[in-house]
Amino acid sequence: MAARPIYFYGVKTMLSYVIRRILYLIPLLIAISIVVFLMIHLIPGDPVEIMLGEKGAAEDIARLRAELGLDKPLYIQYGKFFSNLLHGDLGRSIRNHNKVSKEIAASFPATIELTILSMIIATIIGVLAGVISAIKKYSWVDNLTMVGALLGISMPVFWVGMMLMLIFSWKLGWLPISGRIDLQTNLEAVTQFYLLDSILTRNWAAFKSTFLHLILPSLTLATIPLAMIARMARSTTLEILNQDYIRTARAKGLPEKVVIWKHVLQNSLIPVVTIIGLQFGSFLGGAVLTETVFARPGVGRLLINGILGRDFPVIQGAVLVIATFFVFINLAVDILYAYLNPRISYS
Amino acid sequence: MRQKSESLWTLSYRKFCRNRTAMVGVVILLFFTVVAFLAPYISPYDPLEQSFIKSLLPPSKEHLFGTDEFGRDLFSRLLYGARISLQIGFISVTISLVIGVTLGLIAGYYGSWLDMVIMRVMDLMLCFPYILLALVIMAILGPGLYNAMIAIGIVYIPTFARIVRSSVLTIKEEEYIKAVKSLGAGDLRILLKHVLINAMAPIIIQATLSIGRAIINAAGLSFLGLGAQPPTPEWGAILSNGQTFLRDAPWVATFPGIAIALLVLGFNLVGDGLRDAFDPKLKR
Repeated sequence: MAARPIYFYGVKTMLSYVIRRILYLIPLLIAISIVVFLMIHLIPGDPVEIMLGEKGAAEDIARLRAELGLDKPLYIQYGKFFSNLLHGDLGRSIRNHNKVSKEIAASFPATIELTILSMIIATIIGVLAGVISAIKKYSWVDNLTMVGALLGISMPVFWVGMMLMLIFSWKLGWLPISGRIDLQTNLEAVTQFYLLDSILTRNWAAFKSTFLHLILPSLTLATIPLAMIARMARSTTLEILNQDYIRTARAKGLPEKVVIWKHVLQNSLIPVVTIIGLQFGSFLGGAVLTETVFARPGVGRLLINGILGRDFPVIQGAVLVIATFFVFINLAVDILYAYLNPRISYS
Repeated sequence: MRQKSESLWTLSYRKFCRNRTAMVGVVILLFFTVVAFLAPYISPYDPLEQSFIKSLLPPSKEHLFGTDEFGRDLFSRLLYGARISLQIGFISVTISLVIGVTLGLIAGYYGSWLDMVIMRVMDLMLCFPYILLALVIMAILGPGLYNAMIAIGIVYIPTFARIVRSSVLTIKEEEYIKAVKSLGAGDLRILLKHVLINAMAPIIIQATLSIGRAIINAAGLSFLGLGAQPPTPEWGAILSNGQTFLRDAPWVATFPGIAIALLVLGFNLVGDGLRDAFDPKLKR
């Protein structure tokens, strides 16, 4: 029998690792749905009376109780909740009676757009700052970057947003204050991702407006993860710079640029991928605050309005979608990490 | 020549004292602690006293940080706010510390199904981004400062449980634990006197860093209108108020933000210093 190449076993193990990780998601997603379902039952007091407030009439209370199925046994309630979930039905808002799934579909792209742009900013600037800091260890560049990073993780994200807004919108007038797009600009919504929609419809005025509206919120949201990534990239690069293979690369006469780009940067990316994955929660959490500061109609804002208005179907829907998205991102990061780092144990 | 051996604690303490940035953190924390204790004696005005003729005055000799829309002295409000923020930090981290450490000890020491159940619940909690989990709890409990402390306290439980569990797993295999066991010591005694004491270093580091994060998160909840309610002079709530007047009275939002950043910076510097001090790989 012909011997199989060694990478065959690598691919096979990797594939079984991916399948196992995906299978592990199923109980996790069910558990998340149980937590979200139970939220309404954990409210101290009568949830219906709390949702409708003091003004709720007796017939309204009875109607909502029947609508939410709260008069039935718990397992039947969960069964219906789960079956609705599988059909994409997240119920209706108590405040405006809109379908929660529709509200989320309209607001989630705004959050994703903001999160992805912030992630790109945080990763590029963070990695570069960290690597340069490590190469120029103990120089003024290093000191400045590390002080900046330390301040970055100490500042409240919403305050950073307000200060950026004060300087660039109110004082200098360079960038818009709030929203996703100028009210006068028309955009045909195809995917609800405004940047993508404006490219698809070749509406460059809308593209410019959307992009300008994204700059301050994405810079705000990028602050903390950027600082974390910079610190991580610096310490990893310092470790790598002391490795034997770097000494060998230098000794064999490779130009410094090649050593840095080919050996240092690529290897320092492995732990950075993990920190980006870990920071994704911070991105999603930060999005709630950033959307509030810049009045962006994202899912974070939807959630906060839901909490302030005690609109539980909206809260449940928003929490479920954000948590599920977070779980899938973590899965993607784990797989990417396993792919980048062949030494990882797949068990 | 025989060198006198030093315990990990003495060695770490020396390393910590020699770390200049950590000392800056200590000074910042001491400053805010003194301010918090002396707030009633050093604040020039009552933090809740309103005066509409003094509404939105810019910083001056009379009002060092200016006034808010109700004419309340911002400097005095920030001094009192230090008390609230420190309280939030310590109370919420105490909640997570007590519950998280207990769960981590039980899971790590007893193992088997207890470990499985506890750690799966912790994993489930970690499926939610921190602030989202805090928001879920706030949605259940309703708005308020104390509820915010509970919510943040619960959010950090898994972090402590995981740290303690992994320390316990290593420590319980040590020879001296087996020796104490064979001498007939009870589980509680072993857990508290031997296991916990040896897992203290990572717990202290995590607690210090968590206090800073708890302060920021509580300010975030207040900013969203879910934490401290008016007229409580909590920094996040003052900031939230300041956004309305950002263009005309930027001082209302600027100073509380600086205060939060400084206090959290203090905790981060001390936390980083402790991490370096307890790390045996780093040189003295």
